[in-house]
Amino acid sequence: MALNTQPNLHEPGKRHFRAFSPGDDFYEALIDTHRDLTDEQSAMVNARLILLLANHIGDISVLREAMQIAREGA
Amino acid sequence: MLSTFQYPKFEYVRPPEIAEGKEGYYPVVIVGAGPVGLSAAIDLAQQGQSVLLLDNDDTVSIGSRGVCYAKRTLEVLDRLGCADEMVQKGVSWNVGRTFFREEEVFNFNLCPEPDHHRPGMINLQQYYLEDDLIKRARQLPNLEIRFKNNVIGVTPADDRATLRVETPDGAYTVRADWLIVADGARSPIRTMLGLDIDGKIFMDRFLIADVVMKADFPTERWFWFDPPFHRNQSVLLHRQADNVFRIDFQLGWNVDPEVEKKPEKVIPRIKAMLGDDREFELEWVSVYTFQCRRMNSFNHGRVLFVGDAAHQVSPFGARGANSGIQDTDNLVWKLKLVMDGKAPATLLDTYSEERCYAADENIMNSTRSTDFITPKSTVSTTFRNAVLGLAEQFPFARALVNSGRLSVPSFLVGSRLNTADSDVFAGTMIPGAPMDDAPVAMADGTQWLLRAVGNRFQLLHYIPDASALDAPTAQALRSLVDAQIPVEAIVVAERGTAPAGLKTLIDAKGRVRERYDLREGTSYLLRPDQHVAARWRVLDVARVRAAVARATCNA
Repeated sequence: MALNTQPNLHEPGKRHFRAFSPGDDFYEALIDTHRDLTDEQSAMVNARLILLLANHIGDISVLREAMQIAREGA
Repeated sequence: MLSTFQYPKFEYVRPPEIAEGKEGYYPVVIVGAGPVGLSAAIDLAQQGQSVLLLDNDDTVSIGSRGVCYAKRTLEVLDRLGCADEMVQKGVSWNVGRTFFREEEVFNFNLCPEPDHHRPGMINLQQYYLEDDLIKRARQLPNLEIRFKNNVIGVTPADDRATLRVETPDGAYTVRADWLIVADGARSPIRTMLGLDIDGKIFMDRFLIADVVMKADFPTERWFWFDPPFHRNQSVLLHRQADNVFRIDFQLGWNVDPEVEKKPEKVIPRIKAMLGDDREFELEWVSVYTFQCRRMNSFNHGRVLFVGDAAHQVSPFGARGANSGIQDTDNLVWKLKLVMDGKAPATLLDTYSEERCYAADENIMNSTRSTDFITPKSTVSTTFRNAVLGLAEQFPFARALVNSGRLSVPSFLVGSRLNTADSDVFAGTMIPGAPMDDAPVAMADGTQWLLRAVGNRFQLLHYIPDASALDAPTAQALRSLVDAQIPVEAIVVAERGTAPAGLKTLIDAKGRVRERYDLREGTSYLLRPDQHVAARWRVLDVARVRAAVARATCNA
């Protein structure tokens, strides 16, 4: 499976009436996750988050593709 | 400065209470003749209610202020009989460009869904909107506007509110059965009554400038994140009527607004942004801060709060005036039923419930935009910049770029006025939904669904051939009007004419059927504010009556 770069966020049991809502729900939750943390703590949270999500995705070829794109923009 | 618009000066007239030295009485008094107070006054007057509208000033909004009027607002203004002038005068834009630092990262074409009467939004200076609303208000004989009438005291009681009003000729007292408070964000009346409004202040300042361009400039919305001419801040440019462009500069908190407003400070900023060779003239400049907050309840006995007096949002998404006008859309039909003795006062509690829900949605969306545009921490800035960096190439990231989510009406899905579905439907026109528009054809020349509905309870009943409607169904539909709260039935069809006594609405392009998932027999009960109250696959008069009772707190 190739890396999906189309909008793909959704939430089971929640009905969205506006196309922007699921992405905004996620983004708010992401920023909230970092609320009141120091930069060092935030870096650790991000690392843990990536590890958890990588395991959930499972497919290493997908992860390699994402890692490459992420590095290109650094 | 200020050249493209001639500000009207409305005449102050000595009120009869002063001339005659007695207390006045009006069933409804509205305070504040901004877009929201005017909309409420026009709506009530159109419903046959006499209204007194008080304003402490004698002209319209100074400067462009609210500039973006959304589709739902235009639909409400259509119902109030004054959207055409605004749409003609206003500017519609579809192309938006997003810049990050030196680069344009992406552009979008809003390319609206076809077959709606009104565009997604228009840009129009607030003074034009108010001017048109005042013209409309003056066509209504039962609507009296008093300029230079400043409310200095309010005494609420169980069955009335008494106001003390100051004028150039002294003060007078007026009693009202109902008081609608539309006196803006600082709401003196809210303060006089000691009512709280809670929320948060954003530690940021914005400079807004109206600029007249000498040469052509595209009718597009340009949004810059961290541009080279204004580092670490955001800038928004969009066009209004008369070739006037509105520019918003984020300034940060630690600046002196009086210094920033000076032309010698503003002009270089704009020059840096446009490039030095483009000629322009400055019309109006202001610096603002904002808050996101709302009152716990918008109704306090006989005192009803609407618009900025009740709730405030950050400006991103144009959710201020747009949501205030929607407040009045929700309030007026309810107030009229209560005043006519056809519904209990608890119906006004649902005004507060439904509009608090909408206010929370507006505050949530505009706060999210604010947090994206002005990140509050290092990690938040990093994520924002990562999204913008990915947006050039990847659609998912474009969807996350949030430079303002334009005002859209709330789906009032949790309202106690809704009758829950008992049948299965596809699509989004669920109970509580704001109605979707569609092209139609009617004998009276009506060409849009949203022009055919509103101001009263109505029932849409679908059958492919209106001429084939059987006699018992026709009789049942006709009978709906004979009630304390009448329901006007409209037969929606592909062809034919409904039997005598029933209106026929031809679904010109099949969009009504598509958007409302209509099948033969499907019936939609509609509220006077064009929200769906209930729907069924089969018409049953008893269920319609029960749903009307529920939608008016008469159940």
